[in-house]
Amino acid sequence: MAQGSDVLIIGAGIIGSAIAYFAAKQGLGVTVLDSAGPASGTSSRCEGNILLSDKELGPELELSQYSLGVWKNDLAEFAQLWEFEAKGGLVVASKESSRASLDRLTTAQRSNGVTAEILDRSQLVDAEPHISPEALSAAYYPQDSQVQPMLAASWLLRLACDAGARFVPNARVTALHQEHGRITGVRSTAGFFAAGSVVNATGTWASNIAGMAEVAVPVNPRKGFVMVTEPLPPKIFHKVYAAEYVDNVGSSDAGLQSSPVVEGTPAGSILIGSSRERVGFDGSVNLEALKAMANNAINLFPFLRDVKILRHYHGFRPYCPDHLPVIGHDERAPGLWHAAGHEGAGIGLSVGTGKLLAQALAGMDTDMDLSPFAPHRFSNQPLVSKES
Amino acid sequence: MSQKIHVAVIGAGPAGLAAAANALAHGAQVTCIDANDQPGGQYWRHRLEQPGRQPGVQPDSTGHHDWKTYLSLRAAFDAGIAAGTLAYLPNTQVWMAQQREDERITLQLTSATAAGTQAPASTLTADRLVVATGAYDRQIPIPGWDLPGVMTAGAVQALIKGQGVLAGQRIVLAGTGPFLLPVASNVAHAGGSVLAICESADLSGWLKNLKAPLAVPAKGIEGAEYIWDLLRHRIPYKRSTVITAIHGAEKVEAVSIARTDKTGAVIAGSEERIENVDCVGLGFGFTTQLELLTAFGVATHMDVDGSLVADVDEFQLTSGANVLAAGEVTGIGGAALAVAEGTVAGYRAALGSGQAPQQSEVAKELKTISRHRAFARAMHQAHQVPDYWSGNLEEDTVVCRCEEVTAGEIIQARDELKAVDARSIKSTTRAGMGWCQGRVCGYAASCLATCGDKHEAFAQSVANTYKRPVSIPVPLGEIADLEDSPKE
Ligand SMILES: Cc1cc2nc3c(=O)[nH]c(=O)nc-3n(C[C@H](O)[C@H](O)[C@H](O)COP(=O)(O)OP(=O)(O)OC[C@H]3O[C@@H](n4cnc5c(N)ncnc54)[C@H](O)[C@@H]3O)c2cc1C
Ligand SMILES: Cc1cc2nc3c(=O)[nH]c(=O)nc-3n(C[C@H](O)[C@H](O)[C@H](O)COP(=O)(O)OP(=O)(O)OC[C@H]3O[C@@H](n4cnc5c(N)ncnc54)[C@H](O)[C@@H]3O)c2cc1C
Repeated sequence: MAQGSDVLIIGAGIIGSAIAYFAAKQGLGVTVLDSAGPASGTSSRCEGNILLSDKELGPELELSQYSLGVWKNDLAEFAQLWEFEAKGGLVVASKESSRASLDRLTTAQRSNGVTAEILDRSQLVDAEPHISPEALSAAYYPQDSQVQPMLAASWLLRLACDAGARFVPNARVTALHQEHGRITGVRSTAGFFAAGSVVNATGTWASNIAGMAEVAVPVNPRKGFVMVTEPLPPKIFHKVYAAEYVDNVGSSDAGLQSSPVVEGTPAGSILIGSSRERVGFDGSVNLEALKAMANNAINLFPFLRDVKILRHYHGFRPYCPDHLPVIGHDERAPGLWHAAGHEGAGIGLSVGTGKLLAQALAGMDTDMDLSPFAPHRFSNQPLVSKES
Repeated sequence: MSQKIHVAVIGAGPAGLAAAANALAHGAQVTCIDANDQPGGQYWRHRLEQPGRQPGVQPDSTGHHDWKTYLSLRAAFDAGIAAGTLAYLPNTQVWMAQQREDERITLQLTSATAAGTQAPASTLTADRLVVATGAYDRQIPIPGWDLPGVMTAGAVQALIKGQGVLAGQRIVLAGTGPFLLPVASNVAHAGGSVLAICESADLSGWLKNLKAPLAVPAKGIEGAEYIWDLLRHRIPYKRSTVITAIHGAEKVEAVSIARTDKTGAVIAGSEERIENVDCVGLGFGFTTQLELLTAFGVATHMDVDGSLVADVDEFQLTSGANVLAAGEVTGIGGAALAVAEGTVAGYRAALGSGQAPQQSEVAKELKTISRHRAFARAMHQAHQVPDYWSGNLEEDTVVCRCEEVTAGEIIQARDELKAVDARSIKSTTRAGMGWCQGRVCGYAASCLATCGDKHEAFAQSVANTYKRPVSIPVPLGEIADLEDSPKE
């Protein structure tokens, strides 16, 4: 039988790449498989926000803070490879009611260690001179940051390979291999790979891999559009979004929701994101979504009305019904681990997830309690023992 | 009497004009949308018409072949406008096309002129759609190609035809394909000197396949006229010759050219310099303007010349319900083929849903199409896009001009980050993310990413570069103001 690796990671998105990097750094023998190339899934159809501002209190905020620390400290020397920038976020209230909820939110966030201050209208205009005259006030989050996600995913994988990991592109996993009730390898379009542990980092497609072990990991697609403008001289200096966005993030409504996150990029184009709707993997263009995003963005920055859109794209966020990712060993399928379902925050959460999972894979204590993300929270359905 | 079929035609070049004219002849209600300010497309681009004067009077028709065909199509077109059966929307671009659930088509329109950015967005719904959006010159990066004075051969041509302007006095044309000939001929007629035509092919390809050109005598006569022009104006036509570098401080001053061997590789020591050049026209064949079709997800294939083209049936119907394609979008083949395809498409588009198309209705055009397609295949085989350029790039040669991404950066992304197709090159380097959305660099980026492999991976990479859901940049305000339920 083929000599296996300690860890076999399925998926070379940002999550798989981050795990590969930290696991290889731990000295584990790592192999990464992807059905295509690096960052060919959602990690190249998203934006690169690393936000604390939009997180509700609880395990996700905690993981976000941990992950931000990893971006800033553990990976400090590579920051320029993926254009890490702590540009700060502004959550703008244009209604009295959202102003009040922002006050409540920031108070709570501050008590949990998030830096947040309220800007009045004139401070807001200093920060964003082109903001709409309707804007009343804003919450300012200096910690909110960004990376260029495709570069981050590709470089993390490259750095993992430098540390000894092996990457096999064009290897779609078709079955999990079991021995004595334990997952010990995978079959793929590039052959069989044996491994001590198999990590399912397939994002929006994670339930397929889980299904191969006959366990339920209910990750589903939540579609989002992003519009990209022509390049302009800098006119937007932070990540700016409407207070209503914070409500949408935690929503389970299947219908179309859209609040703008408007941001400038180093190349000069402005990204306008992003809608959220649950329509399966339907790739068709939803003009209603684009229209709503356009209106929202113009409401924040009226000058955008005459700015041209060069393109738009969409991706499918991997989401779980309780809006928490699935991270850890699956007791129902010994040998199988998951790191998927990071929804609209997978870029930000990736390196924290990678570092924690690598610790767990190496049998160490993890820096943070992973139990809120445990895979078996969804069902106690045991693994039906069957050779696959 | 049943209601008229509403046919929308995008493009008023040879294919679009013919489609509109024949759909009118078969009783349809037609809307023709075109980005230009007057009908004609690339081939029949002409000086701004004077109000009240018949088009085609000198100098409009100079430098044009088949001007008679234009005038007759134009007469049918103008008659449709007068009769109210044709709505002609010049200066208008389609930025998005979609299929509705009932299989009708909706088009989102925007103004094609900068001044028109204030125009309200509008939506058009039609029963059938003919996409006749043509093609643009394929570009390949050459050291120095981003200097002022370097342009596409098509642009040199368009300036002469559209404005009567010569792009330079001392012009070098380089690339491949018969299209370099009419450009040279027009430059010479307009009083410029063509210092050289550098044709990368050795032209032996034509001899291997003589049947196809002989079946299209009109092309032979046209070719003979150009050759006569070359002789008369003493224009050096250099076969197996490629342009290796363009020199200049502020703008083009000189070019380096070299001869190639049978494999297409540059022969060491064969380099020479042409001095005192003020304009370079580059044309390596054409690339189809296909994004409105790919937006429907219609079946496509890679043509012999490396362009992605729409699959069509005998009557120009694509795999998408009610979506037809005609002209260069089904394969680069010239204006006569475009007219024949447009005529067939116009006929097919006007048919009621119960009616079966009859070959006898368009028998002549079907014959023309088959002969001209054979000719086009022979032409593409004889004028393959050369490969020498990738070995000739310098580290700092710009490949993506919109985002100023160099060859060195692209090769680094390929080798270090395993960016193995144009899409991942774009994500990691920004090549193809700018104003032109990869129209110019998509081919070159695909070649570099797949290391010159011309097979499946290359085809897939090129196909991905055609995905442009917004086919034309559109102001955000127009998206914000979209109508909720499109009117008919
Ligand atoms: C519009 C939009 C905007 C977003 N904005 C942000 C943002 O600003 N900040 C943020 O943090 N997050 C954002 N996200 C979310 C983020 O993109 C995702 O959470 C993240 O990319 C998920 O990464 P992943 O590695 O889990 O999945 P992916 O990147 O999808 O990687 C999964 C990989 O698995 C591979 N795969 C699947 N099945 C198999 C198989 N059977 N065999 C082998 N390989 C397989 C795929 O090819 C793919 O490469 C956004 C998402 C969208 C859609
Ligand atoms: C710059 C240039 C110059 C050329 N000159 C010659 C020549 O001199 N001799 C020769 O033999 N061949 C020439 N060709 C080749 C020529 O394109 C074809 O042989 C012929 O014109 C093809 O006809 P067509 O109808 O398919 O496309 P075209 O003539 O290209 O017509 C397409 C039309 O569609 C319009 N259009 C495209 N997209 C949209 C959109 N989204 N919305 C609205 N309208 C749109 C364009 O503005 C254009 O008017 C030239 C090509 C180019 C690119």
